[in-house]
Amino acid sequence: MKNGNEIKITPELVKEHGLNEEEYARIKSAMGREPNYTELGIYSVMWSEHCSYKSSRFHLKKLPTKAPWVIQGPGENAGVIDIGDGQAAIFKMESHNHPSYIEPYQGAATGVGGILRDVFTMGARPVANMNALRFGEPSHPKTRHLVAGVVEGIGGYGNCVGVPTVGGETNFDPSYNGNILVNAMTVGLADADKIFYCAAAGVGNPVVYVGSKTGRDGIHGATMASAEFTDDSEEKRPTVQVGDPFTEKLLIEACLELMATDAIIAIQDMGAAGLTSSSVEMASKGGVGFELDLDTVPQRETNMLPYEMMLSESQERMLMVLKPGREDMAKAIFEKWELDFAVIGHITDTGNLTLKFGGEVVGDMPINSLVEDAPEYERPFEYTPKRQAISVKAPADLNKAAMDLIGGPNLCSRRWIWEQYDHMVMGDTIQRPGGDAAVVRVHGTEKALAISTDVTPRYCFADPVEGGRQAVAETWRNITAVGALPLAITNCLNFGNPERKDIMGQFVGCLEGMGEACRALDYPIVSGNVSLYNETNGKGILPTPAIGGVGVMKDSARMATVAFGGAGQTVVLIGETKDELGASLYQREIMGEDAGAPPHVDLTLERRNGDFVRALIENGQVATCHDLSDGGLIAALADMAMAGGVGVNVTVGDDLPVHTHLFSESQARYLVATDADTAEEIRKEAKDAGIPVTVLGETGGERITVNHGALDLDLHALKAAHEGWLPTYMANAS
Amino acid sequence: MKARIFVTLKNGVLDPQGKAIEHALSNMGFEGVDEARQGKFIELELSETDRAKAEANVDEMCRKLLANTVIENYSIELE
Amino acid sequence: MKSAVIVFPGSNCDRDMAVALEKITGQKPLMVWHQDYDFDKVDFIALPGGFSYGDYLRCGAMSARSHVMKEVVKRAEDGVPTFGVCNGFQILTETGLLPGALMRNANLHFVCKDVKMTVENADSMFTNAYKAGEEITIPVAHHDGNYFADDETLDRLEGEGQVAFKYAQDINGAQRRIAGVMNARGNVLGMMPHPERMIESPLGGSDGRKMFESVMNTLG
Repeated sequence: MKNGNEIKITPELVKEHGLNEEEYARIKSAMGREPNYTELGIYSVMWSEHCSYKSSRFHLKKLPTKAPWVIQGPGENAGVIDIGDGQAAIFKMESHNHPSYIEPYQGAATGVGGILRDVFTMGARPVANMNALRFGEPSHPKTRHLVAGVVEGIGGYGNCVGVPTVGGETNFDPSYNGNILVNAMTVGLADADKIFYCAAAGVGNPVVYVGSKTGRDGIHGATMASAEFTDDSEEKRPTVQVGDPFTEKLLIEACLELMATDAIIAIQDMGAAGLTSSSVEMASKGGVGFELDLDTVPQRETNMLPYEMMLSESQERMLMVLKPGREDMAKAIFEKWELDFAVIGHITDTGNLTLKFGGEVVGDMPINSLVEDAPEYERPFEYTPKRQAISVKAPADLNKAAMDLIGGPNLCSRRWIWEQYDHMVMGDTIQRPGGDAAVVRVHGTEKALAISTDVTPRYCFADPVEGGRQAVAETWRNITAVGALPLAITNCLNFGNPERKDIMGQFVGCLEGMGEACRALDYPIVSGNVSLYNETNGKGILPTPAIGGVGVMKDSARMATVAFGGAGQTVVLIGETKDELGASLYQREIMGEDAGAPPHVDLTLERRNGDFVRALIENGQVATCHDLSDGGLIAALADMAMAGGVGVNVTVGDDLPVHTHLFSESQARYLVATDADTAEEIRKEAKDAGIPVTVLGETGGERITVNHGALDLDLHALKAAHEGWLPTYMANAS
Repeated sequence: MKARIFVTLKNGVLDPQGKAIEHALSNMGFEGVDEARQGKFIELELSETDRAKAEANVDEMCRKLLANTVIENYSIELE
Repeated sequence: MKSAVIVFPGSNCDRDMAVALEKITGQKPLMVWHQDYDFDKVDFIALPGGFSYGDYLRCGAMSARSHVMKEVVKRAEDGVPTFGVCNGFQILTETGLLPGALMRNANLHFVCKDVKMTVENADSMFTNAYKAGEEITIPVAHHDGNYFADDETLDRLEGEGQVAFKYAQDINGAQRRIAGVMNARGNVLGMMPHPERMIESPLGGSDGRKMFESVMNTLG
């Protein structure tokens, strides 16, 4: 019987599998022989950058991952934190960049599907989806098409599955022209004592496959060139996976139903490298062997080879180890949900992954070598040279500059995007997209989770260490600004080619900054994903370590939003504005330059100012709050005025030029608005605590004015520009 | 026997997807497309060998499920 | 008021509907799995939103032919108040309990937002707690909410007071901006907007409550 292993292993074939000579020699020595075709495929995916983190592991190990509230840090399907009352939040963010560039709808949709599975695999019901999207410049011919497809794909999947997509961020920059970033995040809830892990146990216990059938989709692109599959290789091996959110919805319900029983010993979703990585991961964590009978794998196509079954990335599939004797009960649940259920193997004590097909052993590999022998590279790197702090000139026309920024691609309203996502299903979304952080109630309680995804790639490029700090600090600040206590983060580290010293320097620098910020803010990393080689024609993307933060609010009735609460509120700035226009949005968009050092993140100030603001919200002194970030003070004032439907009149000091006050992106700053008496109270409290505080002015009217007309904008015109940019841009799609 | 079923929107029912196709084609420079209508194509493998019976059977499937006759027409080809 | 929520495999607003019913009526609804079609007698049947069978073929097409819907149709024809939201509305038109059909939104995009709509008939069992012509805000979340019926049917619906709600502005291309319609007898209502998502201020408002309260008023 033909099983693929008749294909001869040649140096070319090894190379096509992305393995270098040294790596191949390692495989031979681990196995004590030449691998066959099936085994070569399995090693190649297990030792790929994606599965083995071979370029990043060395540095990832340095990140802080522990805190008293961390139940599970990196290394499982997702991170788990304690949110009190015996409940846990489970979350992770993951990239689906390359597939989304090739086929934006399916790429983005399956990205959402994959991250949902990572979270419900651990026993959580997903309660919120978020995303971080980066597209090329708006004028690039592919950008519109990619935005349309990605947004539709995220919506198409999330809306159908019935998990609200509550927020995210979208940026445009030419560095993503040929390599967009689609990072999806899911947050779920579970009982803290009902978390499921992937470590298999119990020799003889059944290994069970559930979900969709296996087809030839998504098999590793590099292997497509194999000489044996020339004629109809396109037909045989579509590299684009197609998502089926309906099946995912059934899979969530069926898994959660089974998880309510005591049948499951271990469970793992079949993500990248499908059956291979799931079975190896489960066996490795449990220190056991797996024997799989591939003839029993549910198959969607005929004549599939072991190689294809092991490497397929067909979606909506899970692997479980059940307690013996529970198979029938489990099967009944999956049949109720009309999903495939098959016992495809059992646990062994050999420590090997043994594959049978047509009555023969077609693969037999030591699990240890697949995981632990994977190469780990300490790649050479060069830090990004430090930039000097600089001052940036005033614009020719302050009003026009503000209008162009707020009504331009980077700061305009993302309503066109999030109105295509069902952000309210499940009935607990109490802060919808458009604010600092999304807030969803913990169902049936007073508590709520606040979630934010952030990174400023401009800063990461200008100064990776500062940019890494800032990305973490910004999620922390956004979560703080709604009144929640930030607890932990997940990340999605998108970089260019790590074999280039400058790119590796960006990676190392960003991680250093992130680590510092996590430590200073008591805000550990509990899960994450690395996506390298994001570049086209030798040009890398801006370094983009996207951070997804999660926090908890004890009393969701005390939540702040960005909207001014009508006329007559006093507006107060917490934190200090400095001459920090280097690498700012103003500098790039209005002055057309990218130079100078980005704003400095002082983590001590960050924490002090944030803790102060959070207390104001928790005490009920403030219900309107906004952090200052891209676009600085004027962008924040505009957001608050537009959301509240009321103007504002402010005065800034003469210590800095007006444009610096308005556009500086100094960190650790918040705007709050409240009644005059409370504002005075806040001013005193801040002064006593040594926190810089400035009473800026008062809300009212229908204009935004600064320093008696130095800047003067009509709120309606501003809102029209702010709301209009994206729909107008997208309407011109052909 | 193979049955091919074409489901199309009735005349007079606005077809936004067809309109979008028409618009895109014209933007791409294809001229002379007066109208585009989008429908569905469904293929069934039937075990029935009697043509008349098959036709009656498929017709019933169309009326009861495959087409919504409030807005859609259908046609059947047997082979 | 004893109510039932029908649950299809891809329903995803079933819990939201159950939460709203329990909060407003004080009684937990019976959750009826689509295969358990022989369910207890209830005063009110709700068909929730979602993607009942993935919305493949046409939204609501497969569910409309399911066993449980045969039972729902029978009970609705016997006069049991029956209410479908979003996918539930699509299912009700597919069964023929309600006239017309719901097509892809005119701009082809899924739309999720609060919309203003007017109460066109405030005398029905579903709307009597509202005032005639009252403008209320309820969210929508759909891809296929573009209501279609021929002119003759539309004239009849409007003439007989079967149009329950209309959008204040066009949001999806629906004929005559129709957001919700009733059957001739007035005991079946289908609507695209989600009243169960607007039942308390933290969610953005409570205009949806009166819909459930109307039914409670009627049933006493």
